[in-house]
Amino acid sequence: MRELVVISGKGGTGKTSLAASFAVLAGNAVVADCDVDAADLHLVLSPQIQRREEFRGGHEAVIRQGDCIRCGACVTYCRFAAVGQYPGENDISAPRGPHSACKGCDFCRRSCSVRTYEILREMWEASGGNGPPVFAIDPLACEGCGVCVRFCPVHAIDFAERACGEWFVSDTRCGPLVHARLGAAAENSGKLVSLVRAQAREVAKNTGRELVIIDGAPGIGCPVIASLTGVTAALIVTEWTVSGQHDLERVAGVARHFGVPAWVCVNKWDINPDVTQQIEAAARRRGMHIAGRVRYDKAVTAAQVAARTIVEFTTDGVASDVRALWQEMDAYLNASAAQPASDHEATRKPTVELRSST
Amino acid sequence: MKVAIASGKGGTGKTTLATNLAVVAAELGRSVAYVDCDVEEPNGHLFLKPTIEHRQPVTPLVPHVSVEACDRCGLCAQVCQYSALVWLGDKPLVFPELCHSCGGCALVCPKKAIIEVPREIGTVETGHAGRARFVHGLLNVGEAKSPPVIRAVRAAAPEADWQLIDAPPGTSCPVVAAVRGCDFVLLVTEPTPFGLHDLKLAVETVRQIGVPMGVVINRADIGDGRVATYCAAEGISVLLTIPDDRRIAEAYSRGELIVTARPDLRAALAGLWEEVEGLVTVHEEASRTA
Repeated sequence: MRELVVISGKGGTGKTSLAASFAVLAGNAVVADCDVDAADLHLVLSPQIQRREEFRGGHEAVIRQGDCIRCGACVTYCRFAAVGQYPGENDISAPRGPHSACKGCDFCRRSCSVRTYEILREMWEASGGNGPPVFAIDPLACEGCGVCVRFCPVHAIDFAERACGEWFVSDTRCGPLVHARLGAAAENSGKLVSLVRAQAREVAKNTGRELVIIDGAPGIGCPVIASLTGVTAALIVTEWTVSGQHDLERVAGVARHFGVPAWVCVNKWDINPDVTQQIEAAARRRGMHIAGRVRYDKAVTAAQVAARTIVEFTTDGVASDVRALWQEMDAYLNASAAQPASDHEATRKPTVELRSST
Repeated sequence: MKVAIASGKGGTGKTTLATNLAVVAAELGRSVAYVDCDVEEPNGHLFLKPTIEHRQPVTPLVPHVSVEACDRCGLCAQVCQYSALVWLGDKPLVFPELCHSCGGCALVCPKKAIIEVPREIGTVETGHAGRARFVHGLLNVGEAKSPPVIRAVRAAAPEADWQLIDAPPGTSCPVVAAVRGCDFVLLVTEPTPFGLHDLKLAVETVRQIGVPMGVVINRADIGDGRVATYCAAEGISVLLTIPDDRRIAEAYSRGELIVTARPDLRAALAGLWEEVEGLVTVHEEASRTA
């Protein structure tokens, strides 16, 4: 099984447009959209969803207000400033320590390990009789560590699994597509990427396909690392700008860090041939291969508007660049498949799979 | 006032807008700080060319287990939600790159055999770019988690009447870390199917965070008109459209500001400031009466 990941460091350099064209040109590949934050491949591959699964990633702490004694221990334990404190009111029914409902049994003070009683009394006095504040956890800030859950003196915090998104296995006109949708403002994108990749490999195995094409995320963080570790090759798509150059160096560093062979392609190269040459020379010096160049062509945007890939939308111009690029990558992927599998595995740097991420 | 510049899709022009806005505001004599929270691929410094005056490592705490003190009860591995501390054979094994620094393992250890030690994952640099204050963060290559660096950048952001926060692309936790607590979000997009799709995701994210927003359409002449239609239907103001202009693209490619290539855009950017100011005031009054 071979895996090709298309990444860029900088966003908007043309990863998805190229990955979609590769899917058409490869003909017999499984495609994995691992840009789970902002997945766009489905906009040009028009998938028919065959399987839809919920993605659960980690847990979320929620205070049961009816059981909370408003001691504030959760605030002191939380490292993520996720526990908010709101003005208390007097209409909470359960006993809350030293206020009107308290029978003065003194059990809380004698049994409390975190000096809650004293804290509670101070809060009560400071509030001028309005009762201690109400605590609530901001789901956007909660990282699901569970420390407040474990250390809540009255076990008043629930810790349910968090639904973070969905993933799909679909049919498209150029083969199976595994894609996902991370919930807005959700966590664990790296974990979802690992899941999408694993499913894509599974689909490939079950359908006798030998190649997985991965559309990666921008950046160098957890979703990128999760889409990159252990692949056969990474194609880094960049552009002829100072940002493109800067970001290429950083993402190439990630590929090197994880022992992945990196190929470089400058998109819209003809707008500045001199800078393109500099980028390619610098890439060669750093041990990367040059996969090809793609010219600037308004047909790329027109193809996107028509929901087609570049190579389906047009045959000449930019489409011939993309075909040449694919032939180069395909030749490399075939050559690496011809190597004995054990050798290939041995050259891989052992990596820790991202089980979790922020 | 804190204004974040964000987008679902990468490469739409966040940094272009943020750096040029910062320069225009500083020229108008405003107190402004440019805060680059795209710590995976920060680019603002390429355009603002700041003088860095201070450099500080970002060092979240990770556990260190003292094998002599450990009685192998295994509670630490049970409490860790990130598989950053696992039990292998008869001893605990720490994967620091997976650790979220919650402190749970150290708190739960009955033998006090776990101490927390700092581990460098990035750097925050502060300085000046002309009259604007400057701060950015750099996640170390090979590190997975950007939110601690983003939070450190925001904590180090210098006092200024206006903080311009250049957010990372996407819709997940790094964006939340950059946008949470801001007064306004400018969402930059382009009028293409990818741009529109990712804008919808970004709008959903910003609504969850609960910050008012407006849209800036970049390269306004490419693609189709569906972004404008969507914004009208959702009641989101399109505050600025930037034309698709080769002079802008070339200035950008060389690391120059677009207001240098197109001085006529200065007035539009100054106007954008005023519009944002007005919208924030309206929103504040609305939430006071609510």
